Formats: sequence, structure tokens, C-alpha cells
Amino acid sequence: MNSFDRVMSSLSFKEPDRVPLCLLLSLYGAKEMNVSVKEYFSKWENIVEMQLKMKEKYSNDCIYTFFYAAIEIEAMGGEVIFSPDGPPNSGEPIIKTNKDIERFEIPKVKENKHLGKVLKATKELKSKVGNEVPIIGVVMSPYSLPVMQMGFEKYLNLIYFNPNHFDLLMKKNEEFCVQWANAQLEAGATAICYFDPLSSPNIIEPHTYLETGHKVAKRTLGKINGATATHLASGIALPVIDDIIKTGTQVLGFSSSDDLDMIKREAKDRICLLGNLNGIEMVHWDKPKVEKEIKKLIKKAGKGGGLLISDNHGEIPLQVPERVLLEISEAVRKYGKYPLKEDDGNE
Amino acid sequence: MKEKNAYVDDLKNALLGVDRIKTSEIFSEVFSQYNSFEFIEEIVMDVLKQIGDGWEKGEVSLAQVYMSGVLCEKFINEYIPKFKFSKKNSPKIGIAVLLDKHSLGKSIVSSIVSAAGYELKDLGSGLTPKSLVDLAKRNKLDIILISSLMLPSAMKVREVYRMIKDENLDIKIIVGGAPFRLDDQLWKMVGADGRGKSAYDVIELIERLV
Repeated sequence: MNSFDRVMSSLSFKEPDRVPLCLLLSLYGAKEMNVSVKEYFSKWENIVEMQLKMKEKYSNDCIYTFFYAAIEIEAMGGEVIFSPDGPPNSGEPIIKTNKDIERFEIPKVKENKHLGKVLKATKELKSKVGNEVPIIGVVMSPYSLPVMQMGFEKYLNLIYFNPNHFDLLMKKNEEFCVQWANAQLEAGATAICYFDPLSSPNIIEPHTYLETGHKVAKRTLGKINGATATHLASGIALPVIDDIIKTGTQVLGFSSSDDLDMIKREAKDRICLLGNLNGIEMVHWDKPKVEKEIKKLIKKAGKGGGLLISDNHGEIPLQVPERVLLEISEAVRKYGKYPLKEDDGNE
Repeated sequence: MKEKNAYVDDLKNALLGVDRIKTSEIFSEVFSQYNSFEFIEEIVMDVLKQIGDGWEKGEVSLAQVYMSGVLCEKFINEYIPKFKFSKKNSPKIGIAVLLDKHSLGKSIVSSIVSAAGYELKDLGSGLTPKSLVDLAKRNKLDIILISSLMLPSAMKVREVYRMIKDENLDIKIIVGGAPFRLDDQLWKMVGADGRGKSAYDVIELIERLV
């Protein structure tokens, strides 16, 4: 069974040959290539080469065309700060006043050189893997993007105290997000990962989410011409899982802090789970710990399909040793074969 | 006259609802009824502790914690002059973010620690370990609070720790933020003296360390 069929089977709540492994490897490619993060992302060809290499090396079941979250800010004319040991960050906010929101114009996706690199990488990867491996593209949700556009504190004030400008910014961000997602789908992405950390109850309380981020997601996802995965980037999902399902998304990236038994029960046959290995702790995992975590995850959430094993943040940190990723891959192949054995999950 | 617990409940509800008007009314009522800064401070600390506990249990959002801190700091600062109140005999505390510009955690801790009566020096964001230690020396700090959102900046605390040890400085390090919440061992691995799971925790750690 190839990766595409394996993932699609699990998405349809059926049991494929084994539990799919979707390690979300993005800047980790720089480590594999032994170049700086900045140099790695300067050429789309690097991403193509390393995604194909990492797919084979870790028996990964997906290609991940995510460069870095701040690329959308870069496309909007903002500054991006590269660091040697972490993901590129957005710099000074591009929106500082209400007037800036009024003046803000979304970039033209297909003419933008930064987004163009992602589209070229996607197209090339699609030509290489065809329908053998799913390609996951990425957008920031219109609701979470302003954390980078204007800074967290100012944005929270906008949400609570300035509904008119909040609505205006959402309208513009939604238009951009839909265009950006659909361009990636046209270039060959199989599905779009909709990163929406702000919608986690860790960040915003559910009643405010229902009035804001939930409505934004419903409008936006409805206009994306393909499958979507909502990812809360380490934030808990369980208290809002019903609301997230109502946005029309097919996959949920959940947290290592979510209760595995409960989230599987709630998700069963309704939404496919993507997660939830702790990428921060992974930095110092040894082999017995890797096996324990993989066995626990498969035992509690693997039955009946509907599980894609991944980290819980949407990006494997550079600091995670290659050995750990190889051991994760080995453990998934060892313990993830369907039909699952009852005693394989013993901790 | 309403009891303290009633005010605690009212204020907590107003803050969690991010209701500026209601919060202002409660402060005004407490002031007119009791005319005691200590009483206002007690209520605020009780509420912020409950909100901090709620955050640790996952019942309260980061946005609510932040907005509660901002509102409490605003009103505390409004009422301090009415009592000719001088802040506690505070240790010299600085707060900073290493490497990146994510300053929400720093703002939350600043608001809540300030609302508790401590004076805090904002050392800025995007600092290197060396620039942070230089600032700590220049300001003769007793404690530095370091807020992190990303793993690389959390790992840099180790360099701050080494520099402090190499120079034989008597400065305590308290860390907080997502990487330290997601990995319970990380704060010890980087050499910190304490880890705050919530901003209110930081107040308790300051009191314990000085």
C-alpha cells in the first residue's frame, strides 16, 4: 500500500496496512542538507530535494510544503528574522494603527515571489510523487495571522474592543487565505493545513472563539477547493472539537495535553486526528520513551483508522535528534500494523 | 456592606468577561466602601490567583489572563495615588525575552507582578544572552524573569545561566512560557532557579527566592 492510499484509508475511518506516519518536517530539511535555515529556504529546489529525501529516510507518509509561518508576512511586505537554530520569525508588525488596517492590501498570490517559491516547490513535488504520496500545503488562518501582522497584545485589544476594524481585517485576511490555499491546491497540494492556534481554548476562551474565529473558519474553509486539516499548533482542542467539526474540516491537529481517550471518543468517525507527539520533549527522548509514546498513541487512538501520527505542533524542532525520528519511524512500523494487537499498547 | 468574597467573585467575572466598565465600577465601589488600598490589593491578588489556577487547569485562556492583568494594572495604578501608597520594598527585578519578539508572556507577567506591588524593569525583547546579562549587571538586578515562546530561545537561558555563574553574580533566574510548560524538566536543564506555570506563580517564586 502506498502512502497516499494509507492516509486516505485512515481519513475514511478505515484501517489501512498500518497507522500512517505524517512527521511534519519543514525546517528540519536544513539540518538534513547541512545548510543554514536561511540558505535552505532561499531556493525552492532545496525543499523539493529534502522533502523527497526525508520521506524515504523516515518512511514518512506525507510531503509537507510548509516553509515557515512568517512567509505570509514576508509576502505582505513585512520583515522576517532568520535565526540559526529555529524557525524564521516575523519582525516589526506591519499593522500598527486602525488606519493601517484600512489601507492594508492583500498580496497577489500568483505574482508574489515569496509565495511563488512555495508554489514552484509544490508543483515540482507533485510531478515527482504523483498520486503516491499526499502533499500537505499550509495556510495561516485569517484569525491567527494578525498575531504576526500586528502583535499579540494589539490584536487582543482589537478582538475585544474594536469589532469594526476586526471585521475589516478578517474580510481582507479571509480573501487572501482562500486565494493562497486554492493556489497551492492548483499547484498540486492534496490538502491544506489550516493553522489556527488562536482558536485553541488555551489561547482564546470558547465563547469568544464561537463569536470570532469559528465564524471566520466556517466562511474560509467553505471556499477552499479541497480537503483541510485544522491544526491548533500545540493548543488543546478537546473543549471545542464539536465546533471545529462544524467548520467543515476533515482533520484535527491536536495537543499532547489533550486527553487521548476522550478525544478519540469524540472524534470517532467524525474527524481524523493528527498528532500528538510532544515535539519539545522529543528533544531528549530515548528509545524506550519513543516506544512507550508510540504504543500509547496507537493503543488509545489507532483503532478503526482516523489517526495520522505526527508531532503536536506542526513542525519538528531542529533540536530533535535524527535518531529519535528514526526510532519513531521504526516504532510506528513495528507497533502500528493493522489489525492492532491488544497487548502492543501496554505501557 | 458587601463581603470580600463577593467582590472577589464579581471582579473575577468582570475580568474573565473582559468587561472594562464593570471592572471600573467594582474598583470604585470597593474604594468608596472600604477606603483601603490593602483591601483592594487583597481582592486583586485573590482574583489573579484564581485566574492563574484556572489557566493551569486549562479553564481560562491566555487572552483572559492577559486582559485581566492589563485591567488590574490599570486600575491599581489609578488608585495608588489616592492612598499615597508606596510600592513594597521590592528586590530589583528585570524581565526580558531572549532572541525573539514574542512579548505577550512578558506583558502578562509584567502586569500581574506590578499589580502585586513589585517594581519591574522591562529589559526588552529580542535580547542575546550577553546583552541580557550586561543589562542585569548595569541595573544591579537580583532576579531576572525570562519569558519564552519558542524552544530555541528557551534553550538560550542555559547561556545566561553560565555567564552568571562564570562571573559569580548573585542573580536568580525565573523562566516561563510554552516550552517550559510543555516540558517539565526543561527549566532545570537550562539552569533556572524556578519556573512559573502561571504569572501568579512568579509572585510566589519571587517571594521565595528573596
